[in-house]
Amino acid sequence: MKVRLLDIAHARSGDKGDTANVGVIARKAEDYPVLVRQLTAARVARHFRGMIKGNVERFELPNLRALNFLLHGALDGGGTISLKTDAQGKVLSTALLRLEIDLPRRKR
Amino acid sequence: MKNRVRVAAGQGFWGDWPEAPYRQVTGGPIDYLMMDYLAEVTMSILQKQKLRDPERGYATDFVQQMERILPVVVKRGIKVTANAGGVNPHGCAAAVTAAARRLGLAGTLRIGVVTGDDLLGRLDALIARGHDLRNMDTGRPLRDIRDRVLSANAYLGAWPLVSALRNGADVVITGRVTDTGLTLAPLIHAFDWREDAWDLLAAGTVAGHIIECGAQASGGNSLVDWPRVPDLANVGYPIVDARPDGTFAIVKHPRTGGRISVAGVTEQLVYEMGDPREYITPDCVADFTTIALRQAGKDRVRVAGIKGRPATDQLKVSVAYAYGYKAVGTLVYAWPDALKKAQDADRILRRRLADLKLAFEAIHTEFVGATATHGRLAAADAREAPEVQLRIGVRGPDRAAVDRFTRELAPLILNGPPSVTGFAAGRPKPEEIVAYWPALLDKRLVEPKVEVIAA
Repeated sequence: MKVRLLDIAHARSGDKGDTANVGVIARKAEDYPVLVRQLTAARVARHFRGMIKGNVERFELPNLRALNFLLHGALDGGGTISLKTDAQGKVLSTALLRLEIDLPRRKR
Repeated sequence: MKNRVRVAAGQGFWGDWPEAPYRQVTGGPIDYLMMDYLAEVTMSILQKQKLRDPERGYATDFVQQMERILPVVVKRGIKVTANAGGVNPHGCAAAVTAAARRLGLAGTLRIGVVTGDDLLGRLDALIARGHDLRNMDTGRPLRDIRDRVLSANAYLGAWPLVSALRNGADVVITGRVTDTGLTLAPLIHAFDWREDAWDLLAAGTVAGHIIECGAQASGGNSLVDWPRVPDLANVGYPIVDARPDGTFAIVKHPRTGGRISVAGVTEQLVYEMGDPREYITPDCVADFTTIALRQAGKDRVRVAGIKGRPATDQLKVSVAYAYGYKAVGTLVYAWPDALKKAQDADRILRRRLADLKLAFEAIHTEFVGATATHGRLAAADAREAPEVQLRIGVRGPDRAAVDRFTRELAPLILNGPPSVTGFAAGRPKPEEIVAYWPALLDKRLVEPKVEVIAA
């Protein structure tokens, strides 16, 4: 079953210089392994293709059922340099939640 | 030694809710109020202000807020930690002292002032001794921009504040101290934690990270089930209810709005996170993959299990430098074909800038209401937008070129695409860019200074 990432996860994003971070959190513990499998750094990099200049790194936090992504070169220089409305990457979180996830069938 | 200490967040950034500090000191029992004013870019802003007026350079809001809460703070024995000093902690302390005198509270208060973070006067000596202060993002040495440096401050940790508290300070005002240090210091002081108690220091650091952005941990800006967050108009800011063993709960005052939930606290934990195994502060390295959260009641999240490692031998340094100039202007285009009209106006404007042979480092166009924040991911939703704001900005080293750009927007109202409005604010102002340069420096080269003075 195809769902939007928004349906099974929530997220918050922030900045460090020209790098944005997006923390993605599974709403239910059973969906965290799905995120680990499908939400790879490569997939996130494809999702943001053309929108960020650098690479994407991923870190796992199973204790918080969360994944943390670093999007390098995402903020037009970041901080005071950036000309972007979202100079601090605050809503890149919801941009990531547009992604489509293939949810395995199971009793929910 | 105390068995329980409550540290309340009063401000999450400079410009946060002016009501929050008063509500925190009056809404229920707390021991400490911590107020965080310094985001990465804030030091740059303060530096700009100090260049115009040497008396300024600190968070002036803090003084107004202190004037309002001082009678309560003195009566209840609440202590305050704040990095409101910015690039002028002594100026800030003098202003708070004056406020205390106006309230007839002279002699009842001791103010701790933490300095030593300011490295501006020592930069050339440091560079000459081989400290490159390389930009942590780009690897470039500081000497490349030395002549444009406006300020340079090391991030100090909790220990100078602990020293001020041990020397009887009721209000501790600092310059560039880490956000987390403002919460960790009261816990170290109250529980007498040792300098190498890494798990405890990491726990206090995580507590600080959770509340450093104020209501962002108690229901504000929280995406998860946001329409059901109760009564944000009356939001309660978060409070760390801590125990000597390093466990703590995140709570808020009774009869306040907002929500303290595992999901919301998790959102705040991942905010501005890098590698979760190494959250590096001057005080310790905290491992965020060890944090265990549990809903322990309504609006009460228990936090435990946190592991830490020894601090590194370096401090982060934030350098502010003159980067150039920028200006951003907007026009609003209405249905039908709002996006197409805005796109057409952008093409015309760019053609005119090129014809004028104006050189910029960057020209950045956004279509607000269409693709400004989500880019091509939102393109399908953008086609029938009832209105679209064209937002175009330029950046470059030449002020005259940026200024010329600002005169090219308004003409489009009459000589560009139709159905345009929203220009009442007039011509945009060119703005100086004071940029941020993060670097690392050997810890032994920075000596924090702590003074405690009677107000």
